Amino acid sequence: MADLYTVNKSPFEKNSLENAIRFSGEGASVLLIEDGVYGAMAGTAVSDLVASATGRKFHVLRADLKARGISEDRLIDGVELVDYAGFVDLVVSHDKVQAWL
Amino acid sequence: MPIEANGKVFETDEEGYLANINEWEPAVAEAMSKEDDLDLTDEHWDIINFLREYYEEYQIAPAVRVLTKAVGKKLGKDKGNSKYLYGLFPYGPGKQACRYAGLPKPTGCV
Amino acid sequence: MSDVKKFMYLNRRAPYGTIYAWESLEVVLIGAAFDQEVSLMFVDDGVFQLVKGSDTSESDMKNFTPTYRTLGDYGVRHMYVDKTSLEAHGLTQDDLIEVAWEDWESEEEVDNIVEVLDSEELAEKLGESDVVFSF
Repeated sequence: MADLYTVNKSPFEKNSLENAIRFSGEGASVLLIEDGVYGAMAGTAVSDLVASATGRKFHVLRADLKARGISEDRLIDGVELVDYAGFVDLVVSHDKVQAWL
Repeated sequence: MPIEANGKVFETDEEGYLANINEWEPAVAEAMSKEDDLDLTDEHWDIINFLREYYEEYQIAPAVRVLTKAVGKKLGKDKGNSKYLYGLFPYGPGKQACRYAGLPKPTGCV
Repeated sequence: MSDVKKFMYLNRRAPYGTIYAWESLEVVLIGAAFDQEVSLMFVDDGVFQLVKGSDTSESDMKNFTPTYRTLGDYGVRHMYVDKTSLEAHGLTQDDLIEVAWEDWESEEEVDNIVEVLDSEELAEKLGESDVVFSF
C-alpha cells in the first residue's frame, strides 16, 4: 500500500506539487486541496506537472474547487473529484498521509 | 444579549448584531426597534429591505456613503441624503438599519 | 483637489487559501472614504481573485467574490488584469467578473472597469501611481 500526498499550495507560487510528485512513488495518490486545486486545471502553465505524471492517481477536493469558481470541465483528464467523505476514504485506504505544504 | 422575536431566541454579538444573518426574519427588526423605542414605518422598511438586497448581491453591508448614493438612485433623490436617513435611523443608518436588517456592522464602521 | 493621490493596490495572491485577498479588499473598502484615486491590479495568482462562479456553500467560508462587483460604488475607477498571468493561469476575460462604475453626479457610466493589459501598459500604470500597496 502507498501513501497519500496532500498538497495545499498554489503550484504557480510554490513547488510543493512538483516535489510531492517527485517524491511520491508509483501507486501513490495525490490529493489537491485549498489553493492546491489550481494544479488540477487544464490549459495552464503548470498543467504538465499533473498531466505528465504517470503511475499516480490524482484527486481534487470539490468544495475547494467550487469555492474558487473552477468548474469540473476544466480539470485535467483523469483527475478524480472527491467530497469530504471521499477525502476520509482516501486517508483510511492509504498507509499514511504526507502533507506537502 | 440574545433577542426574542416571534417566540424564538436569536443570538447576537456583543454589539447587538444578529449572529447568523440567515436566521433573520421581519420580527427581528420589529423586536430590535421596539427596544430602541422606534416605530418602523414603510420608509424604514424601504431601507431595511434595500440593505438586505444589497447584502444578498454583494455579501457585505455597504458603507454609509455608498448606502446614501444607492438609496438616492433606487428610491429617489429626496431620500438619498444623510438628513433623510438619519431622520429615520437616529443612531446612524449604517449601524442601526444594518442591525435591524440582520447584517453585520458595515466594514470600516467603528 | 490637488492633494488627491493615486493609490494602486497590487494583488498577487489567490483568494480563499490565505487571508491576503480579503485583507486587500477590506482595506480598499475602508480606504474608499478618503477620496483618493484608487485602482487595483491583479498579477500572478491574483488573477484568480476575479474568477466568477465562486460557490463556498460546501466549504463554509465567506464568499467574497461578489463583493468585488460593488467596488465601482466605492469609487474604484480601474481594475487592471495582467494578460500574461491570465494566459498562464488558463483564463480569459470571459472567466472574470464584471464591475460597473458610475459617476453619481454626472451620470457618466462604464459597464465594466475590469481591463486586461499587457506588461508594458501595466508598468506604466504602476509608474504613474503615487503609492503602491502590495498584498
